[in-house]
Amino acid sequence: MTAEASNALRAAIAVTRFGLGARPGELADATLDPQTWLKAQIRREGADQPAGALPDSRDRLMALVAYRDEVKTFKADAAAKPQPKAMTETAPGGGMMADAPGRKRAVSTLLKAERRDTLRPLLEGVGDEIFARTVLAARTDAPFRERWTLFWANHFTVSAVKVESAVLVGPFEREAIRPHIFGRFEDLLVASSTHPGMLIYLDQARSAGSNSMAGRLRKMGLNENLAREILELHTVGADSGYAQADVTEFARALTGYSIGSEREPGPRQGRFLFRAPLHEPGARTVMGRTYAEGGEDQARRIFADLAANPATADHIARKLAIHFVANDPPPALVARLRSAYLSSHGDLAQLADALITAPDAWDSGQRKFKTPNEFLVSSYRTVDAAPTQAARDVIQPLTALGQRPFNAAQPNGWSEQASDWAAPDAVVKRLTWAARFAEAYTPQTTEPMQVAQATLGARLTSPVAAAISRAETRPEAMTLLLMSPEFQRR
Amino acid sequence: MTDHAQPTRRAALKFAGALGVTFLAAPTLAADVARRKLVVIVCRGAMDGLSVAPPLGDADYVRLRGPIAISSDKVLKLDADFGLHPKLAALYELAMTGQARIAPAVAIPQRIRSHFEAQDLLETGGDRLYGAATGWLNRALASAGRGRSIQALSIGAQSPLILKGPILTQSWSPGGKLTSDISRVSSILQDLYRYDPLLGPALASGMQTEATADALDAGVSPGPRDAKGFAVTAAKFLNVEGGPSVAVLSLNGFDTHANQGAADGQLANHLKTLDDVIDGLRQGLGPAWSRTVVVAVTEFGRTARINGTGGTDHGTASTLILAGGALKSGGIIGDWPTLREGALFESRDLAPTLDVRQVFKGVLADHMGLDRRSLESQVFPNSAGVAATVGLVA
Repeated sequence: MTAEASNALRAAIAVTRFGLGARPGELADATLDPQTWLKAQIRREGADQPAGALPDSRDRLMALVAYRDEVKTFKADAAAKPQPKAMTETAPGGGMMADAPGRKRAVSTLLKAERRDTLRPLLEGVGDEIFARTVLAARTDAPFRERWTLFWANHFTVSAVKVESAVLVGPFEREAIRPHIFGRFEDLLVASSTHPGMLIYLDQARSAGSNSMAGRLRKMGLNENLAREILELHTVGADSGYAQADVTEFARALTGYSIGSEREPGPRQGRFLFRAPLHEPGARTVMGRTYAEGGEDQARRIFADLAANPATADHIARKLAIHFVANDPPPALVARLRSAYLSSHGDLAQLADALITAPDAWDSGQRKFKTPNEFLVSSYRTVDAAPTQAARDVIQPLTALGQRPFNAAQPNGWSEQASDWAAPDAVVKRLTWAARFAEAYTPQTTEPMQVAQATLGARLTSPVAAAISRAETRPEAMTLLLMSPEFQRR
Repeated sequence: MTDHAQPTRRAALKFAGALGVTFLAAPTLAADVARRKLVVIVCRGAMDGLSVAPPLGDADYVRLRGPIAISSDKVLKLDADFGLHPKLAALYELAMTGQARIAPAVAIPQRIRSHFEAQDLLETGGDRLYGAATGWLNRALASAGRGRSIQALSIGAQSPLILKGPILTQSWSPGGKLTSDISRVSSILQDLYRYDPLLGPALASGMQTEATADALDAGVSPGPRDAKGFAVTAAKFLNVEGGPSVAVLSLNGFDTHANQGAADGQLANHLKTLDDVIDGLRQGLGPAWSRTVVVAVTEFGRTARINGTGGTDHGTASTLILAGGALKSGGIIGDWPTLREGALFESRDLAPTLDVRQVFKGVLADHMGLDRRSLESQVFPNSAGVAATVGLVA
């Protein structure tokens, strides 16, 4: 292979495997020096932020609390005993609230209005978040930076399975993940583990030690969900040899990690709050190391040790190699990433650099099948467009393809396995979506073969080129491009 | 006449044994087995067995569970010791006519409290984590398929590990609709996918299933929250002549760490969905229900004690549900270990008395006609010492 041809192939790999699929002109930008093009996207200040006025987690949480309080008041009203008969009789004309059924009707009207005025905008806010991040992914000219961001958002999954976490997934990603993706892993871990989104999603906010003040007086108790998933999913990994006792001890250390309620002074509402009365007193032993009592700081010291643990380096090196290269990644690549993590003390910018410069990461075999979100985003990038509506353009198609945004079924996030995304039904649904998308985004001026060359570059094969050139219509040619084996992979 | 010309009965048996075929039962079983249906419902997130089938006869149940114990006046009573959650009303009706049974203390072979590892083990059917790479139900299709082809279908956008493996299985989820344009592009794509081991077989199978769905008018029927309608449609696929006889569904949301609820609440809502799905399958299968076994199973149970946030944490044994017209009627499957302090596993969880593979093996042998040798080696590797639970199927 000539140097030029090899660079063309490396550019095609850079824009798809490391990036999010080429926009028009991007391949040309990357061809001069694909590695430099990628490296330039690493920056200390972290990820880009989605555009638009998106409320922070505090506003969202407080709006939800206010809504719940209103509903509670209405329900209490509805359940209240009917007023004494004498009173209703004296009311002229009976009045709207005179009898119990009338009262129930009135309350249900109020509840409906409350749902419409408060809950619906809140839930629409979730759609706004999904829309904004998808537009960012479709439009960004730093697609490696955004892929790297999405990797970490998935590593620290918060899912919309509860109403409270639904309204916080977007703010979680913007506040806890995006600022830290090229910083120290420990900072990212702390940001994630103290964000209201994670504290609610993994049931930490109300966990109390049995010997804490709340445990003794109010019978509150321990919840070990967050402690377990931090060990298993976020840091050392399930095969690192910790036991149930470590999980329980870590959960005890984490007691008190909570959220300021509406009863706190304004600035503390809806933000991380260490509640000493929930905290289990005493020293804790986690994975063979003992941590003296120290309130909030006790769990912080455990976070620091977990971040520095070689098992965490192993776990993250492996996950990165799987995400970027192959589900059975080259051992040399994993070893390289592991040592980059350890020698840099978990510096994620240096880790990203080590990935980009790893010879094994540039293997020409295309072993990663795009997830539905990757497929949708890269399709928009190919036609230089972005979604214009959250539900129709993003949420509905991704739901049909099995990846409803912000809704990973479990805390381990979205799968990296091709077979999880390429079930027969899912492939047919990709095809029907691609055909509809091609109809909408193939103007008469489009030359499909040029689009194919601009997006796949050196990865365009002659059978696909032949199929495109023989297609009956432009949209059909576009559909074939989007469904080609090469476009479906990265 | 010599022994060589006319094999003796003993010689025939020996011969059958060498092939690993259960020779004597084969002729009658084979004819009927081809028409049998098996549905597996994977309840993900660790379903709380102590709420599915509250052990009212166990004096420790209410003490351990406190406010999330299902109160005895709400429980649907099966016998003096066990009942069903009040939201499992359709299942209860089936149980009353011998068409549903529970195994109250079942677990996977290894003690794991990670959802994901435990689901992997439940679905691969290995004797330990990473003991197998494909799903046991897929390997069962391969083993049962000698001379006949058994097809399987997963319902939902993603196909679960339990059904992954060398045998290509179908998948379906609502919402698709074929047009002539799609069919045309699909045939061109088939050509591009000729050497694509992932996309080629998937597209071919998917297009075929979609055509079936169109014929069944399945693409339009169930709404997104209509669990029963969804199950009715799923059942229709099992009734298609020459179509799948095995189906898998997944239900999520059983990870009730906080505010689990009791007769009503979070878990109750998920159990209602499970009940609707079983009822929908019964309804949609119609006469074929009499030839059906439904297994609802989870990766592990939850702590015997209520936790500090009105929920329960990851535990060990849980309840497995069997339903279907093909069941033999009977009581509780397996022993009850009790919730006494000394009987709890690691002083916190219901201890298992039955390996989940024992039930799976019993169903596959008696209902789907799999022979012991393939069950012990291919379907559930290294499980010779794990006896099948017999007598579950009529």
